[in-house]
Amino acid sequence: MIYYATQRFLLSVLIVIVAISLLTLMLHVVPGDPATMILGPRATPELIEQTRVAMGLDQPLPVQIVKFFGRILHGDLGTDVFTGRAVSDIVFEQLPYTLVLIAVSILWSSVLGIVLGCYSALRAGTWLDTLSGILSVGTISIPAFVMALYAVLIFAVSLGWLPAIGAGEGFFDSAMHLILPAFAIGISWVGYIARMVRASMLEVMGAPHVRMARSFGLTEARIVRAYILRIAVQPAVTLLGTGVAHLFSAAVFVEVIFARPGIGALIVSSVNERNYPIILGAVLVTTAIIVLATLLSDLTVALLDPRQREAL
Amino acid sequence: MSEQKLMHSSNAMRGDDHVPLMLIEELSVDFSTARGPIHALRHISLEVAAGRILGLVGESGCGKSSLAYSLIGLLAGNARITHGVIRLGDDDLAHLSAARWRELRGKRIAMIFQDPMTSLNPVRTIGQQMMDIQYRERITRAEKRKFAVDFLAQVRIPDPEARLDSYPHELSGGMRQRVCIAMALLTRPDLLIADEPTTALDATLEVQIIHLLRELQQKFGCSVIFVSHHLGTVAELCDDVAVMYAGEVVEQGSVDEIFRQPAHPYTQALLECDPGSIREATRILPTIPGGLPDLRQVPTGCIFQDRCPQVFERCRREHPGFHLGERTQMARCHLIEQGEMTP
Repeated sequence: MIYYATQRFLLSVLIVIVAISLLTLMLHVVPGDPATMILGPRATPELIEQTRVAMGLDQPLPVQIVKFFGRILHGDLGTDVFTGRAVSDIVFEQLPYTLVLIAVSILWSSVLGIVLGCYSALRAGTWLDTLSGILSVGTISIPAFVMALYAVLIFAVSLGWLPAIGAGEGFFDSAMHLILPAFAIGISWVGYIARMVRASMLEVMGAPHVRMARSFGLTEARIVRAYILRIAVQPAVTLLGTGVAHLFSAAVFVEVIFARPGIGALIVSSVNERNYPIILGAVLVTTAIIVLATLLSDLTVALLDPRQREAL
Repeated sequence: MSEQKLMHSSNAMRGDDHVPLMLIEELSVDFSTARGPIHALRHISLEVAAGRILGLVGESGCGKSSLAYSLIGLLAGNARITHGVIRLGDDDLAHLSAARWRELRGKRIAMIFQDPMTSLNPVRTIGQQMMDIQYRERITRAEKRKFAVDFLAQVRIPDPEARLDSYPHELSGGMRQRVCIAMALLTRPDLLIADEPTTALDATLEVQIIHLLRELQQKFGCSVIFVSHHLGTVAELCDDVAVMYAGEVVEQGSVDEIFRQPAHPYTQALLECDPGSIREATRILPTIPGGLPDLRQVPTGCIFQDRCPQVFERCRREHPGFHLGERTQMARCHLIEQGEMTP
């Protein structure tokens, strides 16, 4: 297990390095010179050149990438060209909002999804199973931002039960402000996870080893808990790991719609301004988090299933 | 069913000295499919003698596994017992509540399955699984563990103490089947059902497992139903044998009698096809021409009529009942009744 975890961790570091390199390259392929963007249309060529040098854009691409990595290792993500503040400060100021939003969304949706999926599988073919199937597919097909808009319209505008704008202050107020965005992001995951858990439950329930457990007279409850569930949740755990990436992109829309602070909102505004240092910094941090989430989900699966520890 | 009333008899009625443990009478099982029910088992009457090994032989799809599963209540969801009685002690297994089934399974009846690679739970250790099945015993965990070690040693697993902490995927196929046998015996069943336990193993392991089964059966004194399509292993391991064809038992009796003097044309053909019985060098293995009948529309008359070399007019018209051979042997064939048997 330790060997597997170490291997898996090193692989994750490699993935982050590759991702950052690709990202730096991609930003340079996109048309529009950042120095021109910052200084506006009336800037003199000398001034543009000066800014380019200040941002390090005059150097060859490989050098830029290597220098960027060197700075990252020192915890320096660069400086915002507009405000002159450290990028790391700006990013880490926004990060907690997004992390809390995503964590709450994952938590409620996966718990509900797993319970719903198990229930459906154990009562496969009944009307409750059919109903949960219809609801699941229905929620999967609605994008998070549409869900967010309707949630705002119904619960904030029409009913006025919940706040729609901002992140709130203090614990209770923040929690109230979290409900609608977390609902909008999580709802489609409930369906996804429920469907996935149901399918894998049904598959495992038909496995020969379950029949063997039955042949010894073990109770169904015991078989489900000790023999089936541990195998059946594995695809859902893997899905959640990779799903964090999707949740970040869902968070981009939802944060804009609910006017919440967060990484998503930060990336959107930075892209509009072509604020390279901030884009790079924000994406670097999100990439690291996504890779970390995948790592965690893989380790969880390895913990659940000894066979997964053998193969990388 | 448009089946004519069958004459049923059992060894017990004939003054045989074996005590029956399980008595199957007129058992019929249907599988419902989208294109109508398949009459997979029809009017099976069998007796499992206490302390003896009964072999169930027949080609693939003849219903031998279905019969085995119906005896432990683990038939597929679309299967239904439509007729008959399975007597075990005071219980009729053909009409048993789920709760009562759970009491019998892993106590009076245990089963060894075909594929040891998939029969053990992949995420629990051998020890956990062996302790799980002792949930009825009111003993400490240490005692349960000791029993587990003891039974792993019985099936000759080297270093049993260490193996308890292994996961199934760390063991070879032969070892896993030994674990399954140990688990089945650990529950001290009266009846052990072995559904082709050696089919997934190579020939050397097959012999080892067969010898092990025989030895442990004698030691524990339980009855065994051994399902196989391999005549050689049945001849070696079993005391009694029931030959199945297309959902019917066509011939049954003691292994000595049936292998020496098969009465039913199907049994005769089956024995001739056994590669082990061919003496001369040949490149062509004998086969039984024709295929299995469609069990959605069971034909009138004998079930083997289309493939039988000795078929005559009565076979097309009338379903043969069981006719008695010399001692324990019985066959569903008109030829025996007419005294035209040429063994």
